[in-house]
Amino acid sequence: MRDLFALRRKIPPGTRRILTLLSAWLLLALLGPMLAPHPPGEIISGEVFGPVSAHAWLGTDYLGRDLCSRLLWGIRYTVAICMMSTALSCCAGIFLGIATTVTPVWVERVLGRLMDGLLSIPSLLFALLVVATAGESAPALILTMAIIYMPGSYRTSRALALRIVRMDYITAARARGETRSFIILWEILPNMTDPLLSDIGLRFIYAVLLLSNLSFLGLGVQPPMVDLGSLVRENILGMAYGAPAVVVPTLVIALLTVGINLTLDRGRV
Amino acid sequence: MKGRPGSLSAGRSVMGRLVMSRLGAAGFSLVFVIVTIFVITSALPGDVADTLLGQGATPEATARLREALHLDQPAWLRFWHWAGGMLTGDPGRSLLTGHPVSELVLPRLHNSLLLAGATAAVSVPLALAAGLACAMFRGGWFDRIVTFLTLATVSVPVFLIATLAVFVFAVQLKIVPSLSDIGSIHSVWQFIRVFLMPVLTLTSVTVAQMVRMIRACMIDVLSAPYIEMAVLKGLSPQRIVLLNALPNAIGPVVNAIALSLSSLLGGVVVVETVFSYPGMAGLMVESVAARDIPVVQCCALVFCVAYLALTTTADIVGIASASRKRDA
Amino acid sequence: MSAPLISVRGLCVTGSGRHAQPVPIVRDVSFDVRQGEVLALIGESGSGKTTIALTLMGYARPGCRISAGEILVAGYRVDRMTIQELRAFRGKTVSYVAQNAGTAFNPALTVMAQVLEPALAHWVMPRREAERKAVELFRAMALPDPERIGARYPHELSGGQLQRLMAAMALMTDPEIVIFDEPTTALDVTTQVDVLQAFRSVIADRGITGVYVTHDLAVVAQIADRAVVLRHGTVQEAGSAEQILLAPREPYSRELVAASRIAPRAAAEMPDQDAAPVLTVSDLVVGYGPKDEEGLPARRILNRVSLTVPAGGTLGIIGESGCGKSTMARAISGLQSRAAGSLTFRGEALAGDVARRTAEQRRRLQLVSQNADLVLNPAWTIGAILDRVLVFFHGMDAVSARAETLRLLELVKLPPSVAERRPGALSGGQKQRVNLARALAARPDLILCDEITAALDPVVAAAILDTLAELQKALGLSCIFITHDLHALRAVCDRVAVLLGGHVVEECDAASLLEGVHHPYTRLLSGSVPEMRVGWLDDVMAERVMALPETGNGIGRQAGRDGCPFVPRCGVFNGDLCVNGPVPVRVEPAGHRHIACTHTPEALGRLMPDFQNDMEQTGGMI
Repeated sequence: MRDLFALRRKIPPGTRRILTLLSAWLLLALLGPMLAPHPPGEIISGEVFGPVSAHAWLGTDYLGRDLCSRLLWGIRYTVAICMMSTALSCCAGIFLGIATTVTPVWVERVLGRLMDGLLSIPSLLFALLVVATAGESAPALILTMAIIYMPGSYRTSRALALRIVRMDYITAARARGETRSFIILWEILPNMTDPLLSDIGLRFIYAVLLLSNLSFLGLGVQPPMVDLGSLVRENILGMAYGAPAVVVPTLVIALLTVGINLTLDRGRV
Repeated sequence: MKGRPGSLSAGRSVMGRLVMSRLGAAGFSLVFVIVTIFVITSALPGDVADTLLGQGATPEATARLREALHLDQPAWLRFWHWAGGMLTGDPGRSLLTGHPVSELVLPRLHNSLLLAGATAAVSVPLALAAGLACAMFRGGWFDRIVTFLTLATVSVPVFLIATLAVFVFAVQLKIVPSLSDIGSIHSVWQFIRVFLMPVLTLTSVTVAQMVRMIRACMIDVLSAPYIEMAVLKGLSPQRIVLLNALPNAIGPVVNAIALSLSSLLGGVVVVETVFSYPGMAGLMVESVAARDIPVVQCCALVFCVAYLALTTTADIVGIASASRKRDA
Repeated sequence: MSAPLISVRGLCVTGSGRHAQPVPIVRDVSFDVRQGEVLALIGESGSGKTTIALTLMGYARPGCRISAGEILVAGYRVDRMTIQELRAFRGKTVSYVAQNAGTAFNPALTVMAQVLEPALAHWVMPRREAERKAVELFRAMALPDPERIGARYPHELSGGQLQRLMAAMALMTDPEIVIFDEPTTALDVTTQVDVLQAFRSVIADRGITGVYVTHDLAVVAQIADRAVVLRHGTVQEAGSAEQILLAPREPYSRELVAASRIAPRAAAEMPDQDAAPVLTVSDLVVGYGPKDEEGLPARRILNRVSLTVPAGGTLGIIGESGCGKSTMARAISGLQSRAAGSLTFRGEALAGDVARRTAEQRRRLQLVSQNADLVLNPAWTIGAILDRVLVFFHGMDAVSARAETLRLLELVKLPPSVAERRPGALSGGQKQRVNLARALAARPDLILCDEITAALDPVVAAAILDTLAELQKALGLSCIFITHDLHALRAVCDRVAVLLGGHVVEECDAASLLEGVHHPYTRLLSGSVPEMRVGWLDDVMAERVMALPETGNGIGRQAGRDGCPFVPRCGVFNGDLCVNGPVPVRVEPAGHRHIACTHTPEALGRLMPDFQNDMEQTGGMI
């Protein structure tokens, strides 16, 4: 179809920046562990909270394990779990959000109330509740976070879609007699991609924050798996010595979240 | 002509209907929350009795416990008992200690409210001042610095700020104890010392969030044509912000404050744990780790009700200010 | 002769562009205004006229700055003043009347609080005295209930009232200079006359020196002594108002003046009145709210509207904001459901909902809507937008669709390169042409044009109207032309329906709109459209007193649902039948007129004497 060509266009710089950044983190998550100098569980040194050295590039942790290797695995788990949950929540949220703008009114009434209900449980609390009963397995965490952030994505995409549905070009398409699916796919969706992408980025940050907080409380990712939050938790005693084992994971979390947020903010202003 | 005498009262009744429907939605959300808490904590896989007694328990012991916990009853009956108990102020007994849950929760709730109150008292005026200043000197050095700091603060996890606070004030400067011990407060100075770090941490998170929202509201109002008109009337900046902009921004700003306070709840959980502050969130985290379900349920409900109350207030303030704008 | 009160030399204003590069907005502008004169700054959007006016108060909008030039205002070097000095100067020596009083008044404060603010902030007089002065100014501005109007909030007042209140606010400090920034552009024509009259009388009474920013040459003729024509931030021509309007020298000024004198369509082109109409609207009711005893909505936007569109001809629908004309467009194109009535299109009944119309019916009736910015999908190229219509309605393949698209672009006078661009890269006029091309792509029998020139500058609008008239002739199209602009209406229409409060009060030939017997509202409307002639406003005010005597019977009454909506403003009020209805529709055979009035045409002719002779003469050259 010719329309496909017509829809292809130069990606705006803000969108390109955020896409680049997200792909870089994803690449690090995929390839990072392959570059790890040591197995993550191996104790390589008798010295705990060791300093940076040629043997242990980022020092050692509270058991004398190589921090660099553990950090690369931690990045993998944090990024993978959060990206999967973000993908799940946003796919569901965006689909429902756009679909309810063209379905009968009662569908939105019911769905909107359910989403309201979900939104009225603070996210950390919801996660704690699930952990209390279902335990801390990775699939449970992914699914929980997907449910927690779905209503927000639903809200945003519905608001965006509603604004577009009111536009005269949608009216014109309706007056021409276009089908519902044509209107959603070709008239509404192409005008939503940029704001949706920044919303997805924001939700990814929320997911990272939540997972890190949970793991820090000891209720997130469990050993022998490791993520950035649990790295900080297990090495918290190193705080007294200013050990790299606690400083570096902290910095990496900040780099991940602040970096994405700054990129998004630049696009907004 | 728009100046019909009836338009004002008509506007009020529209607002009344909107507020009622928002309250109705809040009521529905409350029911949803109660059901969800129950469903998650009791209907998910994993039998509480098995978990509590561990692998080596005899089947008789498990059966006795199941009976004591009413686990042999159908789910709807258990829900009926539990919800009824919650609403009449009897949230049951702790599985671990056997004490009534209310005895455990009430003193902790008091401590948490104290923490939240102190945080709100510090952060609201601070955020108002900073937010207004940012909007007034938009694009200036103060605005840039505050915008960056608040963005950084809202995008890192709360524990990061908490550990940073411990590192600086307790480990390096040694001016405050790293753990909170409410029992040892005998003077104002001690009070400040004990509260300083939890409140500081929570405040920085809350203020950052509020400043960003207040700044956005004020910038929105300050870009209105009537503000340009006020400048062209030769009014002073103070007069413009306080007499012309603020009356229009007050609704959105109060809305922003209430929303930010509701997000404080998430921070409370982490802060209480990091500083071993004897509050309700700390109790909840301990109980989650110990799988002490009745305590978890009760804490969760109290948190949700507080959260719901704040978000509903925020929305109603928003409705009130929007309805005035719509009339305009 | 004394030195000028305002003297601007070599003024330049720069704005910061996309990458903070400086972009010139105003370049080397110089002009003088003498004491007691009114200078008009004339220009289209983007000409820098408002920017220049604001520099007289030492103000540049965010992102802009005054980069060069001398601005001398009432003895002050405005360009050299500090921010404190400017604060004391603005609102005291020079004051400002904004374009849209609806947004320039603070919604949270009473009108009085805002009117007093300049006087109190500049310590001109104590509050009590200021309040007295405000009431006096309200009276001078002919505002209703001057004693109490100040206690109201802006949303409780109408646009015309707010605009007058804003002028009163500007006069509170007895400034030497008042800047009027398009103060009547957002108003309906019938309101505009009153507001202009109020402005003019206070300017004369108080000896104010004025700077009047506008794009409307007819307004310039009424209010200004001298004029400056601006384009792209430079002065094109300066001179006396009369010289610029009657004998413009520069090419651009001539173009501007020509655009304001659109020739009405010649009567000879009129289609055969007796041929079967292409569209018949009968007893159309659109409304909302609970059902009444007839089973129809109690609140009606359109109440029993009947119209016919002659085959190959153009029906104009004219009315003020809120009269229901856009609802009419939506109801006819099936986007707004109707409560009662029927539509007959080419002999077939049209369903109320577009989804229940046949593809053929949807193809043959096309809507061209007002805002071209919203009607072209920003994600698509122009070519794709037009291709889609051709593929959808005519089943063309990609190659032939593109060939046809290029032909259509040529038809609406756009270069073929436009096909590869997106709507965001086009100007307002170009977008409206694409919008027109899209309707034509369906090869319709009838196109419905809803205010298609309202958002455009006069020169661009005139060109679009030309194109439309040409196309109509070439393609044999029928057309419904909805507008609030009498000039545009007369340029393209054969028949006219006058809509007021959801009722058609009159249907007549466009050519005879300014002569013979008409509904009193039609008379008020056609008499209120400013003419490009000095002294027009005086004539109108004189004629109003004579032709529309304020009998007082109708004033203060509100018409019932089936009554005449003009009752509250009617000068020839005729008793309870006007209020309660149903108002009979009478046929005046000479002009094929249908007038909904309780008076007979003969009685109307007696009550309102015919248009004055000079009006008929100028009527032809508006």
